[in-house]
Amino acid sequence: MERRDFLALKQKAGSNEMIEQKEVIRTLSGLTPYNGVWTYNEVAHLLKRTMFGAKPEDVNYFLGMSMNRAVDELLTIPVTQPAPPVKNYPNTNIPATDPDFSLPMGTTWVNSVYSPAADGLRRSSFKAWWMGLMINQEKNISEKISLFWHNHFATESLDFLTSWGFNNNKLCRQYQMGNFKQFVRAITLDVAMLRYLNGYVNISTAPDENYARELQELFTLGKENNPNYTEDDVKKVARVLTGWKINGTTNTSYFNAGQHDTASKTFSSFYNNYTITGRTGATAGDLELDDLMNMIFSKQAEVSKFLVTKLYRYFVYYKIDSATEANVILPLAQILVANNWEIKPVLTALFKSEHFFDVLNQGCFIKTPVDLIVGSCREYGVVFPASSDYVNAYNMWGYLQNYASLLQQNIGDPPDVAGWKAYYQEPQFHEIWINTDTYPRRNLFTDTMINTGYTRSGVKIIIDPVAFTSRLTNPSDPNALIDQALKILYRIDLTSATKAMLKKQILLSNQDQDYYWTNAWNAYLGNPTTANYQVVFTRLRDLYKYFMNLAEFHLC
Amino acid sequence: MKRRDFLRNTVTPIAATAINGIPVTSMGMESPLIQALMGMATDTDHVLVLIQMNGGNDGLNMVIPIDTYGAYQAARTNIAIPENNILALSGTPKTGLHPVMTGVQKLFNDGKATIVQAVGYPQPSFSHFRATDIWMSASNSNQFVNNGWVGRYLDQEFPGYPIGYPNASMTDPLGIQIGSVTSLNFQGPAVTMGVSMTDPNNFYNLINGVQDPAPNTPAGFELGFIRSVARQTQQFADVIKSAALRVTQQNPYPTGNSLADQLKIVARLIKGGLRTRVYMVSIGGFDTHAGQTQADTSTGSHATLLLRLSDAIKAFMDDLKFLGVQRRVLGMTFSEFGRRIKSNSSTGTDHGAAAPVILFGEYVNPGVVGNNPTIPASASVNDNVPFQYDFRSIYASILEKWFCVNNTVLQSVLLRNFQSLPVIKSNSCNSAFPDLTENLIIKNYPNPFTSSTTITFKTEGGHTSVLIMDTLGRVIYTLIDQDYATAGQYTVTFNADRFAAGVYYARLQNGAVQQVRTMLKVK
Repeated sequence: MERRDFLALKQKAGSNEMIEQKEVIRTLSGLTPYNGVWTYNEVAHLLKRTMFGAKPEDVNYFLGMSMNRAVDELLTIPVTQPAPPVKNYPNTNIPATDPDFSLPMGTTWVNSVYSPAADGLRRSSFKAWWMGLMINQEKNISEKISLFWHNHFATESLDFLTSWGFNNNKLCRQYQMGNFKQFVRAITLDVAMLRYLNGYVNISTAPDENYARELQELFTLGKENNPNYTEDDVKKVARVLTGWKINGTTNTSYFNAGQHDTASKTFSSFYNNYTITGRTGATAGDLELDDLMNMIFSKQAEVSKFLVTKLYRYFVYYKIDSATEANVILPLAQILVANNWEIKPVLTALFKSEHFFDVLNQGCFIKTPVDLIVGSCREYGVVFPASSDYVNAYNMWGYLQNYASLLQQNIGDPPDVAGWKAYYQEPQFHEIWINTDTYPRRNLFTDTMINTGYTRSGVKIIIDPVAFTSRLTNPSDPNALIDQALKILYRIDLTSATKAMLKKQILLSNQDQDYYWTNAWNAYLGNPTTANYQVVFTRLRDLYKYFMNLAEFHLC
Repeated sequence: MKRRDFLRNTVTPIAATAINGIPVTSMGMESPLIQALMGMATDTDHVLVLIQMNGGNDGLNMVIPIDTYGAYQAARTNIAIPENNILALSGTPKTGLHPVMTGVQKLFNDGKATIVQAVGYPQPSFSHFRATDIWMSASNSNQFVNNGWVGRYLDQEFPGYPIGYPNASMTDPLGIQIGSVTSLNFQGPAVTMGVSMTDPNNFYNLINGVQDPAPNTPAGFELGFIRSVARQTQQFADVIKSAALRVTQQNPYPTGNSLADQLKIVARLIKGGLRTRVYMVSIGGFDTHAGQTQADTSTGSHATLLLRLSDAIKAFMDDLKFLGVQRRVLGMTFSEFGRRIKSNSSTGTDHGAAAPVILFGEYVNPGVVGNNPTIPASASVNDNVPFQYDFRSIYASILEKWFCVNNTVLQSVLLRNFQSLPVIKSNSCNSAFPDLTENLIIKNYPNPFTSSTTITFKTEGGHTSVLIMDTLGRVIYTLIDQDYATAGQYTVTFNADRFAAGVYYARLQNGAVQQVRTMLKVK
């Protein structure tokens, strides 16, 4: 839908028919390339969905290029993996006999052998590091889509060694914008996944169906298809995957031919009674896995639609009506198949589409806890210790990671193999993030960040309302200040009456003339004494605290 | 008499009967409905209503010096109130009121109002913003404090707020500001101690059944969802709404008077049973640089404002009496500054210094405190009304005589000791407030202290910090900053020999939990 149509619709909204209409209107728009306006609004929409928060600097950067180039650049992932997490903890409580003891602080633990004493510390280090990557994300989709894959191929870090969790994370980054089929194959043999879903104890004499089931139900096909794979298919897949083991010293997986089920496996009519020929010897595991991948991915329509639906709900909105299904989901699924399971062409088509930029698809996404926490810090430009100051940096990132966990998104530890409920639970989906427990805590987080901040070891992270305001274009004009700040922080604008009220009651201390604010701001700029600073500080603090307490702040 | 005893003594004899057809025995003794129906039980807890006059009120045209009328008239030839229009105040022939303020005049003459002359502070600020912040933070002119005196008072009385609130001892908001945002007045050392009635929590809209429309779009749909959750989490929304709904009849208020509208809500909530300690309302437009009066100097913009102020206060007092809660309420007006003695050529007055404050209520000591400002025979543009009373002395009187706080709390709230003024009757103190110190997860003893004090705090384990902050919120000392393997109670000594006497805050932070303890170091 074009912005103009939408405005016309809004005008009609006063009529009774519109009010009585219970179903929320969706849109007919599809994958036709978007060629509408390219302003701050559209860039902010794109960035808030593909990154965590839209920093004004980033928005302005992408405003300087075309929409096509902006999307291309956002979808271009760095070739190199980020520097691994480091040992940020002292040897207190680590015995000298422990392998971690000799590891100097500041060096990475990911290549070190299992440490009984320090594995929990490493887990905190890993999670803080991950939060730090999100806080410091480059101008591309990498962090957001990494988290998508962590949710899609969910594992829980408490179930395995932390270095396995790190390697799992690394794998998700390696394939994040690659080939889905190859990704599924790789995750099947991932050490953390082998441990998490019991693949490592799946042997010919005692098959374990855990991974075989989730591979089909949660990772590729879904359980909605009619017809669908059968219980017997689950058993057969388990037999195909027998013999894969974990080497706890090298932290790698390997194939043990002696524990592999060498008989042929014939599948149900859903798979056209396909038979995977039983193999023997060292290559049996790989060869049968290849056959299994081919068989599952031969269900092109089912697999492509399943993944595309999940991507759509992660990046656009959770409600999918018949028009969206026909105009967006199915065409994207065809793109995925036509491109031999490459992910990038799908996301390129989605993010360049009329549908993505449709005004009806803007501002309707409930911020995930990570969106809220990382996005707020980035949009306000909260200053963190440099990554090289790793002890303090990890402390700050760890605080934020803990807070996201309080808000029910504990990265590294989703609730179960299905991932976070907000991405699959009918009918609430994203609304699950917001309840009577989490909503006050969300407000408490933003209140804390602007009132006192978080302090540890003399280092503080805090929202600095004066610094944020200084970066606006025309902060001496209270009207422009409010407009610009809201443009950065909100997707649904406040009414002009509300803005006028906030200006008067907060920025003008109930005076009527704008120049009172202008004079105060200019006095601070010209002579930043404590007195002049305090005058603008208290008012800006109250203004932004108010903004963050409104429901609008929780949408992106 | 404690409030609970009072209830027991009063309600029991008629407990077997029915009030308005509702059998009393079926309801708890503490039921606000019973209290409301009895019309007596609510006559205990004290309430302060602050009326802020934004813009800088011209005190010389509100409280007029009759004994030096000639000098007054000479300084303000274009705006002086004609002598024979000045309203007389009984017993004080030297001082009169602006002609429109018949309401306040009546209250004064009935012994329900008192006027404190020339209230201000040393080295006054002439900036609206800075002066407002000084009045609200109760700081010195050259001192910067990030929180407000009401917030500090409420923090002392209701430790740990908002964690653990509402609770059995305090079901209601601690402070309510009628307006969209709470001011610096209500800001406590760590959190805002008050709520506003059109703030995100939308109390005002709840009472009036108004809800901002959300567009019929997916975004609007989700906005509606989040707002609905937000409403459920508004811990005080229900009590405010039911308090308001409990009052169906009020004495008339003037129309077209926004201050009267606000005070009407306050009266309704007080009668409705809220034990909220402090309310704040405001009226703007006092920045009368030009056109303060018309040719008839008894009329004009300032006269309109004073009429609204006076009428609203009078209607409020009449309503409180009608509702039977007049003995619970003390009111006070204030403005960030007064205006110059000499008027300017555009029939207005420029930013000035001290100005009178009006206190009203059943328990004020009636009269005029202080002398008329001295007006120079030939006033110049820079002449100001010098202050006779520090505004914090009025705060001190309220804290001591109305809220019955001890001297330690008084000094902690006002950041030093201020002499109180005889503006509130000495028999008005009421200390039937619940002791809420059991909610503390950080305490110190002794308090006040001279050189060191022992801080006891609880942690749930994990990273915990206890930081000492000054009144500007700056961390001046780190007492605790470490991980605790086990949850429990710990103690640490704060040795403050090298710090100046004054107010310090010990802030405990443990995960998402934080609490602030106010400590007073004395010489």
